[in-house]
Amino acid sequence: MGMTEELQNRMEKIKQGGKEKYHQKNEEKGKLFVRKRLELLLDNGLETEDALFANCLSEGLPADGVVTGIGKINGQDVCVMANDSTVKAGSWGKRTVEKIIRIQETAEKLEIPMLYLVDSAGARITDQIEMFPGRRGAGRIFHNQIKLSGRVPQICLLFGPSAAGGAYIPAFCDIVIMVDKNASMYLGSPRMAEKVIGEKVTLEEMGGAKMHCTVSGCGDVLAKTEQDAISFARQYLSYFPANFHKKPEPKQAVEPAFSEKKIADIIPPNQNAPFNMMDLIHRIIDKDSFCEIKKKFARELITGLARMDGKSVGIIANQPRMKGGVLFPDSADKAAKFIQLCDAFNIPLLFLMDVPGFMIGTKVEQQGIIRHGAKMLAAMSEATVPKISVVVRKAYGAGLYAMAGPAFDVDCCIALPSAQIAVMGPEAAVNAVYANKIAELPEAEREAFVQEKQQAYKDDIDIYRLASEMVVDDVIQPDNLREALIKRYSVYDAKQVEFTKRKHGVYPV
Amino acid sequence: MEEVKAAMAGNVWKIVVNVGDEVEEDQDVAILESMKMEIPIPAEEGGTVKEIKVSEGDFVNEGDVIAILE
Repeated sequence: MGMTEELQNRMEKIKQGGKEKYHQKNEEKGKLFVRKRLELLLDNGLETEDALFANCLSEGLPADGVVTGIGKINGQDVCVMANDSTVKAGSWGKRTVEKIIRIQETAEKLEIPMLYLVDSAGARITDQIEMFPGRRGAGRIFHNQIKLSGRVPQICLLFGPSAAGGAYIPAFCDIVIMVDKNASMYLGSPRMAEKVIGEKVTLEEMGGAKMHCTVSGCGDVLAKTEQDAISFARQYLSYFPANFHKKPEPKQAVEPAFSEKKIADIIPPNQNAPFNMMDLIHRIIDKDSFCEIKKKFARELITGLARMDGKSVGIIANQPRMKGGVLFPDSADKAAKFIQLCDAFNIPLLFLMDVPGFMIGTKVEQQGIIRHGAKMLAAMSEATVPKISVVVRKAYGAGLYAMAGPAFDVDCCIALPSAQIAVMGPEAAVNAVYANKIAELPEAEREAFVQEKQQAYKDDIDIYRLASEMVVDDVIQPDNLREALIKRYSVYDAKQVEFTKRKHGVYPV
Repeated sequence: MEEVKAAMAGNVWKIVVNVGDEVEEDQDVAILESMKMEIPIPAEEGGTVKEIKVSEGDFVNEGDVIAILE
C-alpha cells in the first residue's frame, strides 16, 4: 500500500467513528452521527478540521471521540467541538480535552462564535491523571468558557448526556438547546444518587431535558428532534454579531404579521384582567422574527430576540396571562441572564411593562426574592445598549424599577394611554392607608368610601400628571408604538457609553 | 393523566370548567385571585376533566392540584 493510500484509508476509517453497533444504538434513539450533525449545522460542512488523527495509534479511539474545527453558519465562521458518542460514549481522554481547549483558543484568537455539540458520558476514568486535574486538564475548558463569555457567542446543543463535571459546559454557555428524551444534565447519575444519598429517581425526572427547560432553568430551548435543535441554533445566531466588537447584521425589514385588532383593543382597561402580551409583541416586531428564549421557564416573563425594521432587538416583557405577570425569583434570574446576553453583543433592549410587582409571601422571601430581584436590577442597570421601556399598563412598586424604569438611565420611557405607574395599585393602596378607617365605618358606608378613595388615588397617578412631571418621556398612541420604537432605536444606535470605571461590580448573586 | 396545579398562592376566584368537559391545551381551567390580579390557570395539555379538587373561595398554595384531566 502506498503512502497516499494509507493516509486515505486512515482518514476514511477515522471519519466513520466508533463501531457499527454504537451507530445503530444511536439511530434507535433518534440520534444522528456527529458528522451528520455538523453537516446539518454548517453551511457547507467543516471548512477545516483539527487533530483528526488524535490518538490514531490506539485501537477504537478515532479522533479521540471529538470532532473540532471551523465551518460557516449563515456565512459566518464559527468554531465547533462535537462529541462522538459512538467512541467510548463520547468520553473525554487527554487528547479529547486538548482538542476542545485548542478550538476554544482558536475561537478566542479569531473572535468568532464557539459551539459545543455535547453528547458525552464524561471523564474517561482510565485517563484521569492526564485529563482531569492539570493545567491543560478539563478544568481548563471551563476556564476558557468563562473567559470567552461575552466576547463571542457560546452555544450548547445538548444531544445526549452531559454528566458530572461535563455539565458545566452547558452551564457556561449563553444558551442551551436540549433535545427532548435524549439530552440530560446532572452532577450525579440516578445510580449514584441512590447509592450515596438513598434517593430513588429516574434520569428524566432528575436531569432530563424537559425538567431543565421547565423547572431548573439550566436548559433554554426544548427541541423535539436533533434537526429542530440544529435549525434553532442557526436561527438564534442570525441575531448576533461574531463578537462583542461588532453589531448584529441587519436583515431585510418585514412588516408585522397582519392583524385586524388594534393594540388598544387587546389591552383590557381593567388593570387586573389578564391578556396575552405576545399579541402585542407580534404587532410591533417584524413578521416571524420572534425567537423566544426560556419559553417554558418562568413564563410570567417573556424573553426573546426579535427584529424591528430588520434590526435585532432583545425583548423583556411581563406576561399578565401567566401568574398575573408578577415577578418571581426565577423570572428575575431569567431576565438578568437575557439582559446580560443582549448587552454583551450590542443588541438593543426593549422592556414592555405590565407588572403588579414582585411576589410577596413566606415562600418567595425564603427563596431570597430580594437578592434575585437585585440581580435583575443590576443587569438592567448596567446595560449600556440602547434601552427603551414602554409602560403598557401597570408598573407597580419595584416592578417599575426592575423593568427599566426612568431612574435607570433608559434612553427613554414611553407610556401608552393605558399606563399606570404607582408604588402599588389603587385597591392595595386604599387598603394600606385606610384599613383602620374602613373597619370603623358602618358596613353600608364602606363601599362608597373605598370607591371614592380609589378614584382619588387613580386621579393622583393619572398618566398625564406623570407626563406633566416628565416621569415619562412621551405618551403615544398604541398603534404608533412600532414606528416610534424604530425611529428611536435608529437615533440611539450612535450611543457609546461606559457604565462606570472599576474592575467589576460585586454582583448580588 | 394531567394534574392542573396552582401557579402561585392565592384564592380560587372562579372555576371555569365542569367535570366531563373537554379541555384543550392552554385553555383556562380556573382563575385565581392573587396580588390583586386575576390569575388564569390553563391546562398544559388537553384532556377531559376527571375531577375538580377545589371550591371557589378556597386558598391554594403554589403547586396545589386544582383539577385532574384525563
